[in-house]
Amino acid sequence: MTGAEAVAHAMRQIQPDVVPVYPITPQTPIVETFAGFVSDGRVATEMIDVESEHSAMSAAVGAALAGARTMTATSSQGLALMVEVVYLAAALRAPIVIAVGNRALSGPINIHCDHSDSMLARDSGAVQLFAQNAQEAYDLTVMAPRIAERRDVLLPVMICQDGFTVTHAAEPVVLLDDGAVRDFVGDYEVPYPLLDVRRVTTHGPFAMPEYYFELKHQQVEAMAAALDALADVAREFARISGREYRAVEPYALEDAERAVVLLGSTAGTAKDVVDDLRRDGERVGVLEVRAFRPFPEESVRALLSRLAAVAVLDRAVSPGARPPLYAETATALHGLPVAVQSYVYGLGGRDLYPASLREVFAELTAGASGSETRYLGLRR
Amino acid sequence: MPPLKGASELAAGGVVVRDEVSQPRTAGWRTGTKPAVDLSRCVNCLLCWVYCPDSAVVIEGTTFVGFDYAFCKGCEICAEMCAPGAITMVDEATAVSEHGRLGGEGVGDPRS
Repeated sequence: MTGAEAVAHAMRQIQPDVVPVYPITPQTPIVETFAGFVSDGRVATEMIDVESEHSAMSAAVGAALAGARTMTATSSQGLALMVEVVYLAAALRAPIVIAVGNRALSGPINIHCDHSDSMLARDSGAVQLFAQNAQEAYDLTVMAPRIAERRDVLLPVMICQDGFTVTHAAEPVVLLDDGAVRDFVGDYEVPYPLLDVRRVTTHGPFAMPEYYFELKHQQVEAMAAALDALADVAREFARISGREYRAVEPYALEDAERAVVLLGSTAGTAKDVVDDLRRDGERVGVLEVRAFRPFPEESVRALLSRLAAVAVLDRAVSPGARPPLYAETATALHGLPVAVQSYVYGLGGRDLYPASLREVFAELTAGASGSETRYLGLRR
Repeated sequence: MPPLKGASELAAGGVVVRDEVSQPRTAGWRTGTKPAVDLSRCVNCLLCWVYCPDSAVVIEGTTFVGFDYAFCKGCEICAEMCAPGAITMVDEATAVSEHGRLGGEGVGDPRS
């Protein structure tokens, strides 16, 4: 099945109480498949056909605070429209799970994959986990409610999969039994149910300068707790699935001299290239960053500290500054004698072929340039 | 003023549980006039209670009993809504009995 279908099945098995959602390419097959489950009576979810993603996230916040396990899905402009309320979801500590099919932000208008949409939400306070393939998208979606709803976290969680490359590409996916998923996710218990008339609460109070800073810092603490929650939930998930997920996934790094660092489906291509190069005796590896928020700085530093050179491949740009994954990785490696080279690739869905990755590894041998970002496959 | 709380002392997201906090007196904005009621003219339609933008209209069960001046900002909406003319705006200095009553016994809830 496709990545989108796999996530729709995860949602069917989780049986969220409420799913307010608006379709948008390339996320649409998620909501489309899930809507089929709803209309066939296979889930009891209250699905709300809203008029925009802003409304979708607004409805999701209300539902989640009222005590409903809530999920939604979006891409690109849809996420852009949602972002205002994603910040509120994080601030109100609404543990909403958001399935994201990554797609370039306009403009120019484009429907294909890059990570600029998720990067727009990178400081929103939402946890961001990137899946390499359909199996990971499914597994991370099953794990997501447990991470989001932990009392010391209570943050929205975005499960990001590359648009088309994962959302629309069919590959084998192992699904867990429905009962196993139900038992794994358990029941959602909200700390302060909005509709509890016996204990009246105000959610989202106005915070003047005396309190805004403290409440913002709560999100910093919650995000730090999300890293522990991810590790704990992943351990439990491994027990029912045999598949264990870490915030960062090292591949052939033990004796590597050079490595690429990246997010999403391109990690799969990079691992293939590494296998080829290793057959030729090259000591190369991959660091797949699964958690972009919270960014596992210590793990990244520990895993890359012994390397000679690292290439960070961003699928997003930050005009006027370094791209986001590079900025985080360079910060993590600060003070270490590791050369770090920034690359941007694949904007607007441009494919990155193995030949380009071999070129990256060759350039790392020649030497990294800390001073400029290189653009893979760009016509000047 | 109580000492300000630290981040870890606040409920997640700054949720405020009504019964755990003091209710701020919000009537400080009122200038000049306050509502008062002649309960003998009141038909207990409760439109004043519905329209009061704060919680200055006091009811017991379903019966209007008067005002809580601690929350009244003197907006006059209750007096405007009061069709039988039971509620009038009076000078701040006007002496009124409990809950802003001007004398006269209420009809109470007509259903009771």
